[in-house]
Amino acid sequence: MEKSAQNTADISHLVTQFRSVPGGLLPLLHAIQGELGYVPESTVPAIAAGLNLSRAEVHGVISFYHDFKTHPVGKTTVQICRSEACQSMGSRQLEAHAKATLGVDYHQTTDDGAITLEPVYCLGNCACSPSVRINNDIYARVDAARFDQLMADLGSDTGVSK
Amino acid sequence: MTFYIPQDTTALALGAESVARALQTAGVEPVRNGSRGMFWLEPLLEVDTEEGRIGFGPVSSKDIPSILDALETDASSHDLYLGQVEQIDYLASQQRLTYARAGLGDPVCLDNYQALNGFKGLKTALAMTGQQIVDQVKDSGLRGRGGAAFPAGIKWQTVLNCEAEQKYIVCNADEGDSGTFADRLVMESDPYQLIEGMAIAGLAVGATQGYIYLRSEYPVAHRLLNIAIERAEAANFLGDNIQGSGKAFHLEVRLGAGAYICGEETSLLESLEGKRGMVRAKPPLPAIEGLFGKPTVVNNVLTLAAISTILEQGAETYQNFGMGRSRGTLAIQLAGNIKRGGLIELAFGVTLREVVEGYGQGTFSGRPIRAIQVGGPLGAFLPESQWDTPLDYEAFAAIKAMIGHGGIVVFDDSADMAAQARFAMEFCVAESCGKCTPCRIGSVRGVEVIDRIVANEDRDNNLILLHDLCDTMEMGSLCAMGGMTPFPVRSALAHFSSDFTGEGRGDN
Ligand SMILES: Cc1cc2nc3c(=O)[nH]c(=O)nc-3n(C[C@H](O)[C@H](O)[C@H](O)COP(=O)(O)O)c2cc1C
Ligand code: SF4
Repeated sequence: MEKSAQNTADISHLVTQFRSVPGGLLPLLHAIQGELGYVPESTVPAIAAGLNLSRAEVHGVISFYHDFKTHPVGKTTVQICRSEACQSMGSRQLEAHAKATLGVDYHQTTDDGAITLEPVYCLGNCACSPSVRINNDIYARVDAARFDQLMADLGSDTGVSK
Repeated sequence: MTFYIPQDTTALALGAESVARALQTAGVEPVRNGSRGMFWLEPLLEVDTEEGRIGFGPVSSKDIPSILDALETDASSHDLYLGQVEQIDYLASQQRLTYARAGLGDPVCLDNYQALNGFKGLKTALAMTGQQIVDQVKDSGLRGRGGAAFPAGIKWQTVLNCEAEQKYIVCNADEGDSGTFADRLVMESDPYQLIEGMAIAGLAVGATQGYIYLRSEYPVAHRLLNIAIERAEAANFLGDNIQGSGKAFHLEVRLGAGAYICGEETSLLESLEGKRGMVRAKPPLPAIEGLFGKPTVVNNVLTLAAISTILEQGAETYQNFGMGRSRGTLAIQLAGNIKRGGLIELAFGVTLREVVEGYGQGTFSGRPIRAIQVGGPLGAFLPESQWDTPLDYEAFAAIKAMIGHGGIVVFDDSADMAAQARFAMEFCVAESCGKCTPCRIGSVRGVEVIDRIVANEDRDNNLILLHDLCDTMEMGSLCAMGGMTPFPVRSALAHFSSDFTGEGRGDN
């Protein structure tokens, strides 16, 4: 992930891959974020030139969508579902607990660069709320204790256990 | 003996992977099936035995040794034994058309799909003219299952009638509503059904390219859809020459990027074009000027999935289910604070109470139910006096509520309905596309006004102001985002007014 060293990120291979795809900007942004963890400001001119768009248009798209990050994120992204189904099962308390124990607010990264906390509106796991997503894995019925366990598992080298 | 343990999101979220590993450790290689949608029983382990396909659930990895032991002697002696899965009342009493195959086998196994009548509808369609297919869809009475309930056949006719060198089929798989997972279950448990429905739609209207616009919050569905598409292409169910017919249909999955408004069809099209998801004014209808300005069918996952059933079993079979103008089945999704949540497919007409108390068996917390929100974040909060309303589009519209995509979210008596009303406004602030002032700014004001009411500041005037604001949003918004955010707000005010007194939640 650290290869993203700010101003030098080379995304030309991705621009080439998506330049002639109809409506290719979103897939391109997803690909850049997949590789670098976020969409660095420094890549905007190359994206704009490659897709024949103005920089303002590219900015406009990046800022419209919740998914696209313009700053580096932590090693792990933890998303807490805030939808009504999860609220009915105590996700507001879970949110408060997560923020307090991690010492960050939404859209922030812990000081050690390990975890970025994000809200998400619905993981489609609404019959077994509250739900949390950690990278690409989704967890059901997450209360405070379960959340702490998941975070502890992240800290250990064994990865997250289910 | 064949063992099955699901690979759908909910089963995985409840630990299905470690159950699979425990089975492997014991020398058993399970089939990774889809879910039946009885999420309260997940992870649901199924075993094909002499007495039929029996189930155990919810299981965890540490139950595996004792289950394997019980299978050697007397399966029914195990605490988690459920008997024959298809006889579990929750499932047996459903009317499954769209979900008939869900959970039976490996969702991306083509042979399995075909053995269970898969691609029969497509083969039938290949022998028909576009007009004949569209007529079948009209005759079935199928209405869009994404929320707006617009007749599918009429939309298709419009696209068929257009002359254009390129047309598109776009599947709306943005499933943004809280409490909904019906689209996900189709994509994760029976993805070929959607692929088949889209190919039939292409044949019907003369479109050769399809896109599935999938929300990025569904990584499991994404993976399974891509595998299924690749296999369907390899077997000529997609591609340049479908089953040797000379007819073409190509399909691609595109990921959304976390914007609720992109579920609205014109916003979705903008997003597919690589733009900000700004809602377009209609007309022009997407059916006439849709994706890249070309005639486009935009349908929900469930609408397109139903097409496979209709072409396979006939329009009349489908249309025989339901009540009034709501034909066919409704995919009810029971969610939130509920003991037995899951997917319930039934003909239209069952009451909310029957679903929540019968299937759901009340709240997960064991406390009384206080409010039920049907139809996602823009749906009204219903108090007990309205729970006998039948699930039918028109019956719900009559009480200023909506069925929408069929999501039902249950709240127990600890819910603070003023906080929920505030959340509805907050959600609109976060998700508005920004085109209309009443939606973009009105929602910001809405949050402030609700805060003032709850704080007892100039209460009477602020209540009047809130209603005025709701009127403005309802009348001055281009789409239902701004236009219907007032529904949850007003229903909370009307039925749970004691929560807005600032003295904490009242009893009502
Ligand atoms: C704010 C908003 C959000 C919507 N979200 C979805 C969605 O997530 N999925 C969906 O299928 N339709 C959604 N719709 C409805 C679509 O605009 C459109 O009616 C639907 O895709 C048409 O397909 P159907 O006729 O098969 O239902 C939404 C509409 C609005 C106004
Ligand atoms: S109502 Fe809201 S979301 Fe809909 S078009 Fe207007 S601003 Fe956009």
